[in-house]
Amino acid sequence: MLEIKNLHAKLSEGREILKGIDLSVKAGEVHAIMGPNGSGKSTLASVLSGKPGYEVTEGRVSYQGKDLLALSADERAREGIFLAFQYPVEIPGVNNMYFLRAALNAGRRHRGEAELDAGQFLKAVRAKLKELEIGEDLLQRAVNVGFSGGEKKRNEIFQMAMLEPKLALLDETDSGLDIDALRLVSKGVNAQRAPDRAIVMITHYQRLLDYIEPDHVHVLSGGKIVRSGDKSLATELEKHGYAMFGDAAA
Amino acid sequence: MTAPDDSLETVRSVTGEGYKYGFVTDIESDSLPPGLDEDTVRFISAKKHEPQWLLDWRLEAFRHWQKMESPEWAKLNIAPIDYQAASYYSAPKQGPKSIDEVDPELLKTYEKLGIPLSERAALAGVAVDAVFDSVSVATTFKGKLAELGIIFCSFGEAVREHPDLVRKYLGSVVPQGDNFFAALNSAVFSDGSFAYVPPGVRCPMELSTYFRINAAKSGQFERTLLIADKGAYVSYLEGCTAPQRDENQLHAAVVELIALEDAEIKYSTVQNWYPGDAEGKGGIYNFVTKRGACRGNRAKISWTQVETGSAITWKYPSCLLEGDDTVGEFYSVAITNNFQQADTGTKMIHLGRNSSSTIISKGISAGRGQNTYRGLVRVQPKAQNARNYTQCDSLLIGDRCGAHTVPYIEVRNPSARVEHEATTSKISDDQLFYCQQRGLSKEDALSLIVNGFCREVLKELPMEFAVEAQKLLAVSLEGSVG
Repeated sequence: MLEIKNLHAKLSEGREILKGIDLSVKAGEVHAIMGPNGSGKSTLASVLSGKPGYEVTEGRVSYQGKDLLALSADERAREGIFLAFQYPVEIPGVNNMYFLRAALNAGRRHRGEAELDAGQFLKAVRAKLKELEIGEDLLQRAVNVGFSGGEKKRNEIFQMAMLEPKLALLDETDSGLDIDALRLVSKGVNAQRAPDRAIVMITHYQRLLDYIEPDHVHVLSGGKIVRSGDKSLATELEKHGYAMFGDAAA
Repeated sequence: MTAPDDSLETVRSVTGEGYKYGFVTDIESDSLPPGLDEDTVRFISAKKHEPQWLLDWRLEAFRHWQKMESPEWAKLNIAPIDYQAASYYSAPKQGPKSIDEVDPELLKTYEKLGIPLSERAALAGVAVDAVFDSVSVATTFKGKLAELGIIFCSFGEAVREHPDLVRKYLGSVVPQGDNFFAALNSAVFSDGSFAYVPPGVRCPMELSTYFRINAAKSGQFERTLLIADKGAYVSYLEGCTAPQRDENQLHAAVVELIALEDAEIKYSTVQNWYPGDAEGKGGIYNFVTKRGACRGNRAKISWTQVETGSAITWKYPSCLLEGDDTVGEFYSVAITNNFQQADTGTKMIHLGRNSSSTIISKGISAGRGQNTYRGLVRVQPKAQNARNYTQCDSLLIGDRCGAHTVPYIEVRNPSARVEHEATTSKISDDQLFYCQQRGLSKEDALSLIVNGFCREVLKELPMEFAVEAQKLLAVSLEGSVG
């Protein structure tokens, strides 16, 4: 589904952060990307999702056979790419439900599917809310306004459940979560596993991977993937730390 | 424009009859050449067959105007207006002969605003025989109102049919000498709306210049007078979302509202007049005086406005809280894009006891727009227990626009409680990206965020206006991001 070849990227106004990433993700797989601070993990998620402020200087990214880098951020989203933000932003005055339904229908229009009316939408919402143990009152509020850190992260996973992406990028979804919230978020992500869906989790800590078992683990260091393996690699990391990869945190 | 005395004599002697109104121009003509003097005023009044008292009222206004000067204190860049260069009475111009002759850009805008196909031709000025069943709808509407004793008609008709009412209230809230533009309006106003709701009657429908089409033909100097008698309720809608051009650049309307004891008036405006081109050339000047008097105890007046058009918007819909326990409200969204300018706000004058006022102003600046909120909250010495809450928020889009806030708070009674909050923010790239990452285009994202910003104001609009207003906000901000 996703083929990244020799990806180099820099901050538009700054230095090179990704120094030649190669990564292959197939449908149905769950990958974990780990690495020290500054290694480029979040940059990778930003570049893949099309966040402004970055410039790709070399390399190719192919998504479902298409040239991903040629698409705008919203085109990529409508093609089924979802980013669970590390720091979800607040949008005052914009109701959660209204926002989500607009997003959902934008994707459906793009795929030539019928849009959901308010009734159908509400039904789907209620079902997913129950799974994630999110109270319905949360949805009467504006997008992320007044949400605690844990609520924001759960809202991201809830949106993912509603939008049903093909490729989900989870950017440090576990950061700032207590045990209970982590359990719920993981439950939500695991419920999304499907043969036609790929999930890429970006995280510092091995803990998340106890709840969401990855098929592949990669270590990102100094802007490059320095090691790949299966879930036992994460356990090794936990024991020895990132220093075992020599290092090159730029 | 006045002919010199000797030629007047000549004409008189040749025709052998005195000119009833003392001027030379043929009253049968449909328009006046450019120029403004006392004879212009007399001509207009004669054309409308107005009674002497109204002509006198106009002349008094004109004499005030002659002694006044155009105010210069606003934060506005206004090219000098030559008051002698415009005609103050003219026949409507011939519109396009068919919808094919209409500017395609205009039609595109109608599409974006969701204006029904059946209304587009008429809106664009194409003379159509029967757009839709307008006659019968109008008749049903008027019939219903008449049953309840509600008067709703043009100002001119009110002068003819209900002169006592007009005479009693005209100028009682905005006197002729109030300000330069009000004086001008009082002298040369063309027409406008009049409504009177009898005691205890709740007007069952929103009053408006009932169809978009009529609203689109609004005149240059409109005069509106609405009276809600004791315990009455009326909601009035002014304007329309469809962009309107006009030959005349200056629009100086006057709106007076009177709410007697226990009465309530809700006045909503959506304005999208031609704002000028992308270079800032042309565009309408919208210099309006709007004021409501809560005359009786427990009266309430609420102003809601969405101002997206005009090259320059200059208006302060205000409330005089004369009675005890009166309530004044002002909800506003003003957008300035490209080279538009706005200096708008409100004046809440607390006179009676236990009066309260709420001001919520949302200013959005984009392009090179300059948007100023100017508000006055004045609590007079006898206004015991006055309360005011003001919130003025500015949103800046891009880095070449300006947002300015000029709040005046004058409190002369120590029991007053006055709160003022102000925020200034930018549309953040993070918010836009968040929306885009969920599949919304940049334009949709902007529209969503802006509508969220304006939510508190938009929810005060009557339903039909609210839906249109949301679309209008999006259309007005086109091209301001990306």
